[in-house]
Parts: sequence; structure tokens; C-alpha cells
Amino acid sequence: MPTVAPLDLDGHCVAAVFLDGVPHFALADGTIHRLDHGHKWTQVHDGLLCATVEQTGKTLLTGGEDGKVCRSGGEAEVEVLHEAPRKWITSVAAGPQGVVAFGSGRTAFARLTNGTIKQFEHPRSVEGLGFAPKGLRFGVARYNGVTLHFPGTEGKPVEMEWAGAHTGVTFSPNGDFLVTTMQENALHGWKLSDGRHMRMTGYPAKVKSFSWSNKGKWLASSGAPAAIVWPFQGKDGPMGKPPLELGTRGNTMVTAVAFHPSEEILAIGYADGMVLAVRVGDQKEILLKREGKGAISSLNWDRDERRLAFGAETGDCGVIDIAG
Amino acid sequence: MSEAAAQAPAQIPVTVLTGYLGAGKTTLLNRILTEAHGKRYAVIVNEFGEIGIDNDLIVESDEEIYEMNNGCVCCTVRGDLIRVVEGLMRRPGRFDGILVETTGLADPVPVAQTFFMDDDVRSKTRLDAVVALVDAKHLPLRLKDSREAEDQIAFADVVVLNKVDLVSEDELRQVEATIRAINPTAKIHRTTRSGVDLANVLDRGAFDLNRVLENDPHFLEEAHDHDHDHDHVCGPDCGHDHHHHAHDHDHDHEHGHDHGHHNHGEVSAIHDVTVQSVSLRGGEMDPQRFFPWLDKITQAEGPNILRLKGIIALKDDPDRYVVQGVHMIVEGDHQRAWKDGEKHESRLVFIGRELDQERLTRSFEACQVKQ
Repeated sequence: MPTVAPLDLDGHCVAAVFLDGVPHFALADGTIHRLDHGHKWTQVHDGLLCATVEQTGKTLLTGGEDGKVCRSGGEAEVEVLHEAPRKWITSVAAGPQGVVAFGSGRTAFARLTNGTIKQFEHPRSVEGLGFAPKGLRFGVARYNGVTLHFPGTEGKPVEMEWAGAHTGVTFSPNGDFLVTTMQENALHGWKLSDGRHMRMTGYPAKVKSFSWSNKGKWLASSGAPAAIVWPFQGKDGPMGKPPLELGTRGNTMVTAVAFHPSEEILAIGYADGMVLAVRVGDQKEILLKREGKGAISSLNWDRDERRLAFGAETGDCGVIDIAG
Repeated sequence: MSEAAAQAPAQIPVTVLTGYLGAGKTTLLNRILTEAHGKRYAVIVNEFGEIGIDNDLIVESDEEIYEMNNGCVCCTVRGDLIRVVEGLMRRPGRFDGILVETTGLADPVPVAQTFFMDDDVRSKTRLDAVVALVDAKHLPLRLKDSREAEDQIAFADVVVLNKVDLVSEDELRQVEATIRAINPTAKIHRTTRSGVDLANVLDRGAFDLNRVLENDPHFLEEAHDHDHDHDHVCGPDCGHDHHHHAHDHDHDHEHGHDHGHHNHGEVSAIHDVTVQSVSLRGGEMDPQRFFPWLDKITQAEGPNILRLKGIIALKDDPDRYVVQGVHMIVEGDHQRAWKDGEKHESRLVFIGRELDQERLTRSFEACQVKQ
């Protein structure tokens, strides 16, 4: 039986993650809480807007209303990677070898391993950022498409166009596909080898959370009463194929999704605070956590493959141990 | 037509402040931020500029207009506002309201539509009012060179007519007549140095269907008193004597519906007005005809309609039905029961461009219950 160890905090949880096996909860008020032999916390920002785990799995990158980009985790000193007073840092992404991308207004920044920062100006706002799995390349979600930058070289950016406002961007784990979340209730995809488009629509709400399965066979997404899971196993991705609908509930919406690190099992968080795990193969559902105070805003697995950190908009956070 | 959302008290009111550069927006913002009125505001500005206050609730944001991918050219939102409002609302409790300052050249429509079209923003905030600051001295000049200045007035719920000490009473009346010609329903407040009573600017509930017309008990009534069609000069509640100009303007409208082509010399500023309003009056409406008509008009004429507001008497309905809209977005709801002795009458105002008054009037009247 799964067990839940709750941690009731006060404020919107932006990220519930594991860093080196320790659950961390980054809140919108700028505090980062951790469960490391007791509840400890650090004030990292005056207003925290975005957060992502670095590729080592040991540190968290955060951006704030205070214009800071920080690296933190565990008991280590908080490292301020960048500071621009009064400029909101609205997105942050983690690249290979500690490379960090972040966005503020119409500028995307890349901080390289040696600490130098490169700036990329855009005619419109930088809405979302995501690194490619191979090579030093990241995408900037923007109005009417995505711009791909190669911060390690002087190479010219590559523009991927599709009308509408793109708010987030992710590469498939094999690097073949680029997918964006949009201001409309839709995802958009490009097959990178030939630039072909994939329109993934039909959502009743905006997609705010997405997660690739281990080998990139599936892309799960929020924004509907079920987790919408698109098949990416073929060479053309989901073109012409319907998605799976996992964990359908009639009276609430999926707000967060997280694929298990190795198995085809999807953790699904809902607007009412419930968390389910659903196996893709037979669509078998297991209740991990009952309803809570508010919508699940972040959900992430530990690399130990048995624990799941969750956080809600209302501050009710915690850790689920699926093995009990 | 969407039902009016039941507005939970948790929704934070948003006031949009428009106005040309130099009209006094910064002065008004500074007053709102510093005066002791018991409320705290988060302020979204395009540039920190001259706001001399260091306050972590002031957020700088690039005006970012996004067209929605639904084939409707007037469905635009402010992408930056969606992001900033979402960020602010993750830490509620720090402020009681949000103020959005737009640049002088900004189109107020995408700002307003953001609060209707984005579900996340809409669930956490409600548009309270659009306030336009107007420089009494320079308005005539602005209207000559800027469609935006006109749009800002046309779209406003409240017009703060600022710097009135810099013009003569005669000029002031002309400026007010011009504002009325553009927008017959806005409340006008004369002031100097942005000294308007903040209660006239904040917490107006101008988009709240339950309050939209309660605030304005004389909504459209003046038109009835002075002119059988409509009255673009002496609007409700402005509290000044417009009799002379009303006369000029009545004359104007007996001949046509396009302000831009009428110039009677004295009211020269109106020469530069391209926005018009069409006020419709009728008896009880047949809902089977009225709602399809309203849908059709707003679909077909949406890009030309800046605002619409109305009270509708529906056949066999004990309640007043109120509607309001921005471009193609229309909301309506039952408001309250008709009072004893209250005339069951339907009134509807469109503010926009290239509106065909004759056709609107005829088709509106055709929705009436057949006698």
C-alpha cells in the first residue's frame, strides 16, 4: 500500500522534487523547504517564479521576481548565478555540464559551464525554455514558434514557425521531436528532421504540465479530465494517431503528470489534490493520495523509483512512497 | 453567449489605466501607491520610468499582444499580463487589487480581453474598470494624430479629464462634448494634477453585470430626455451644463451618424472623431429573436464594436437582463426583478466604428415582441 508523508506548507508550490534523494519543495514565496532528517528551509528568492532540477539530480535552478537565478540544494550555500534587479526571471532550463538557460522579458540568457553569460535578444517575449538531449542547444518558446539557439558556437539560430503563442517547449528524449505548449488549449509539435508539423488539440484547458516516458515512447500532458498521452514511438510521432486517455475522472481536471523513471507508469495529479498512478499497458489505476486542499501543481519521481514528491497550489505538499 | 461567471470574492479586481503620454497617469499611480486609502495595489507598468517609489509590487512588463489562433482577428490578449498576473496570484494576500498601466499608444482592447479570454486569469481576477486619463489641453491635438487616443476614450468606463486648470471653461466644454461624442456612457471627472477622488477610479465594478448599471442609474435615460434617438453630448452624471453643445450636437445627429464628416465650426475637435455610438431603445424583446440577433451582430460586427452595454426586457421574464461586451465577447445575465411601475424597456448602446445605425435600429426593433 502506498503511504503518504504530508508536509503542510503555506503557499503555492512551484516545484516538488528530489535532490540527491532528499525531497525539496520550492514555494512561490521564495522559500525552499526540504525533508532531510526533519523539516528545514531556506529563503532563496523574494518571490520564486520557476524552478527545474539540474541534470546531475543534485541541485535546483530557480528564477525569481527579484531578478535572481539561483542554484541550491541540500545544505550547500545558495549560488547566485545571475542578478538583474526588478526584472522577473520567468523561465529557467538546465542543460548539460551545468549550463543554464533563463529568460527575462524578451531576452534569453545562457550561462555556460565556465560562468560566461551569453544573451539572445528576441523581438517578442521569451515564454519558455528547454534543452535538447544532445549537443548544446536550447529552444525558446515565443509568439509564432520556437527559436533554437546553439550557445556553445556562434551558429545562427534556427526558427521553427507556427502561428500562435507558444508558452513552453520540450525536446523528445531522442531529440527527434520538438513540442510546445500553447496559449490555446493545444500542444504543437515539429519533427526536427523534416520540419513537419503535429497538431495536438482537443484539450478543454491549457496544458501546463507534460512528461516524457523513459525512452520517449509517450508524452503525457495535463489540461483535460484525463491525462492525455500521445504516442511518439513511430518515426512520425503521433501524426494521425489518437492519444491514450489515462486516469479519466468526470468531475475534475488533470493538473500535473510525471512518468516513472523507468517503467511505463504515469503519476497523475488532479485539481482536487488527488494523485493516481496508472500503468500505460493495461491502464490499471492505483490511488496514491486522496483529495487535498487544492490543485496539484508539481509532481516528480525520485531516482530510487519508488517515491514521488507532490506539491499543491494551496501548499499541501508531501512524499508518496508507492511501496509503502 | 457565456453565462456570467459567479464571481467568488477571492477574485482580485483589476483596474486598467490608459491615457496618452503626459496625461497624468504616473501622477495618479503615485497617488494610488502612496495615499492612505487602506488598500494595497500591485502595479504592472511598461517601464518603471518616473514612478519614484521602490515597491516590490511594481512589475515591469513588455506589452505583448497575442492573436488567438481561432481565426478571429479581434481575439487578442496581452501575453505578458497572463504571465505576470499568474505570478502575482501565486502569492495572494499581498495586495487587494491590480493596476495595469498601459503605454500611451496602447490599444486597451487586448488588455481587457485578457481578463475574459484567458481561463486562468479569469478564474483569479476580474476586470473592474478601464480608466482613461485625458489631458484637457492637448486632447484635440491628440485626436488629430492618434486613433489610440480615441480608442482609449471610447473604451473607458471612467474618463479622468485632467489639467482642467490649463483651459478655459469654453474649451473645457468643447473637450467634454468631444469625449461624450466618443463615449456617451463613461463617467467624466474633471480634475487637476490627477487629483481625482480615488473612489471614483478604484473598485467601480464596471464590468460586473450586477453593478454595471446600478452604478449608473441614469444609464441612457438622458438620451430619452433630450433627444429621441440618442445624445452624445450630455451623458449621465457628468454634472455640467452642456445645453448649448447638446443643441449643436442634436443637430449633427439629425442628419447622419458619422461624426467624422460633420463639422459645425464651433465643435471643431469632433471633426477628428471616428468612433460613434448607437443607442437603441425598444420595448420587450422576444428572446427567440433577440439572442440570435445579438450573436449575429457581434459575430459580424465584432471588430467594429469596442463596447456594448444594455438592459433588456425579455418577454415573460420578471427580471431585468443585462448584457455587456467587448468586440465579440458578450456576457449577459439576469440582474434583478423589474420594480413595480418600472417601465419594461430595452436599452442597448454600441460604441464602435462604421456601425450602421439604421440597420442596427431596424433589426433591433424587429426583435421586439409583436404587439
